[in-house]
Amino acid sequence: MNSLNLRAALLSLVILLTVLGAWHAATRPRPSAAVSTQDSEYAKLMGKSADSGKTTGFPTPAQMGETAWKHLSNPFYDNGPNDKGIGIQLAWSLGRVGLGFLIAAIVAVPLGFLIGMSPLLSRALNPFIQVLKPISPLAWMPIALYTIKDSSVSGIFVIFICSIWPMLINTAFGVASVRRDWLNVAKTLEVSPLRKAFLVILPAAAPTILTGMRISMGIAWLVIVAAEMLVGGTGIGYFVWNEWNNLSLTNVIFAILVIGVVGMLLDLLFGRLQKMVTYVE
Amino acid sequence: MPFLKVEGLSKTYAGATVPVFENLHFGVERGEFVCIIGHSGCGKTTILNVLAGLEEASAGLVFMDQRQIDGPSLDRGVVFQSHALMPWLSVLGNVAFAVRSRYPDLKREEINSHARRYIEMVGLAGAEANKPAELSGGMKQRVGIARAFAIEPKMLLLDEPFGALDALTRGVIQDELLRICADTHQTVFMITHDVDEAILLADKILLMSNGPRARIAEIVCNTMPKSRTRASMHHDPQFYKIRNHLVDFLVNRSRLIASGAADQLSERSGDFAPPMVSPGLAANEPAPEISAVAAPVAAERAA
Repeated sequence: MNSLNLRAALLSLVILLTVLGAWHAATRPRPSAAVSTQDSEYAKLMGKSADSGKTTGFPTPAQMGETAWKHLSNPFYDNGPNDKGIGIQLAWSLGRVGLGFLIAAIVAVPLGFLIGMSPLLSRALNPFIQVLKPISPLAWMPIALYTIKDSSVSGIFVIFICSIWPMLINTAFGVASVRRDWLNVAKTLEVSPLRKAFLVILPAAAPTILTGMRISMGIAWLVIVAAEMLVGGTGIGYFVWNEWNNLSLTNVIFAILVIGVVGMLLDLLFGRLQKMVTYVE
Repeated sequence: MPFLKVEGLSKTYAGATVPVFENLHFGVERGEFVCIIGHSGCGKTTILNVLAGLEEASAGLVFMDQRQIDGPSLDRGVVFQSHALMPWLSVLGNVAFAVRSRYPDLKREEINSHARRYIEMVGLAGAEANKPAELSGGMKQRVGIARAFAIEPKMLLLDEPFGALDALTRGVIQDELLRICADTHQTVFMITHDVDEAILLADKILLMSNGPRARIAEIVCNTMPKSRTRASMHHDPQFYKIRNHLVDFLVNRSRLIASGAADQLSERSGDFAPPMVSPGLAANEPAPEISAVAAPVAAERAA
């Protein structure tokens, strides 16, 4: 097992180095031997040195490393609305995701409980859920902007609307499929409805609920980037859009990597929470 | 009036035309251990669920302690077939959950010490902190028994509690159950498929005919002395008479009664009460009837 882990790590490293190598090879400046004197003079005229050769415009791994170091060594600077540290932008995004997700959880878990416990409610609400669920959360943006009239709150609303469905459906499913035996135990012990909900149904359904939360968080993190590109102002999504307008591909690539790493960390966190509430039967 | 009284109990499942069982009449005295035996599908678990208040009968009434049973109650402890322990709680947590339901006003330490006493009683002292998944099948069932006893019910309902256990474990837990019931004078109603288990544990054995339209065909009185043990009861001459009677019923008569004979049976005896028999006290039966079941028994004796 240990040797398997070790070999897997080695292979990962080899793949990483290969990718970096290929990247480096593809983007390194090419000394152009066939440049005529005319061309080099023209180049000088244009303020460029002919010896520097041609670059593809795409950053090299070395430039990337330099940019990453620059961002990471000073993540919280604030030089006005269009120049903020990556830490500040991330904090904005995480704040929106956290708030939207929290509100969604506060709505979805109790509602899912009701739907899971009542076959009537479940059937009555099912058509609405089935229609609302597949709507891209960004499609809500115009309505949100029109009604809420605040771009930042609209972003939070979009996160709310996209993270509510997996939590709602999973909670309802988890609650509905609590084992009959456990409910019978609660019945024969004359357990009050509230105590039953919190001490029997909630722990029994917790792994399924947490799975829903994990899916929701994944979707929310996907959506926040797009939402912030639309809304603008702050956040990691806005950062990507802003750096694209600055034509700074290096910064864009750096932001992409940061988005990936943060998404992974969020997933790890929910994986950990899931493990905490999972029980072995 | 007996402690538990069942009158004219019938159950027809939704969509079915024939009842699973009908017209059941029986009683359980205080402190009595009653087993019910019958083939699968005759509705034994349904009867137990009705007694527990988890299911409703289609017709008939059940009284316990002169009050009608119309829902689940802490007065009746249930040990489920599949132990039904909550896997996210420890052994102590499972028993304490029941204790808190029964005595909501007790302090936490009092609840825990009460629960510990019953965990000790079933021989699980030291395993309090374990989760059910870490226990063997026999240990899980003991926790289920401890949980049922811990609420100090007026009556205990056991749904084939040892069905999933291996023979050795089953024997040990049977002995324990016997000891605990003798100590606490607990009234017990238990479903079993095991003839020997019924003879060891029960004072009265209800024999059910095959379903649908199952009836209680006979009530067998266990006339063996209360002091019987698993190790020695097969030396009692009554043992094989009772055992043969039960096996004979399960193999032959339960089927015959199912094919319409039950109707005549109930029509003949006006009050529907099934006949009470004491095969243990019967004079030696004629040889040909015994021989059918005596052969395997003789083999067991030789072994």
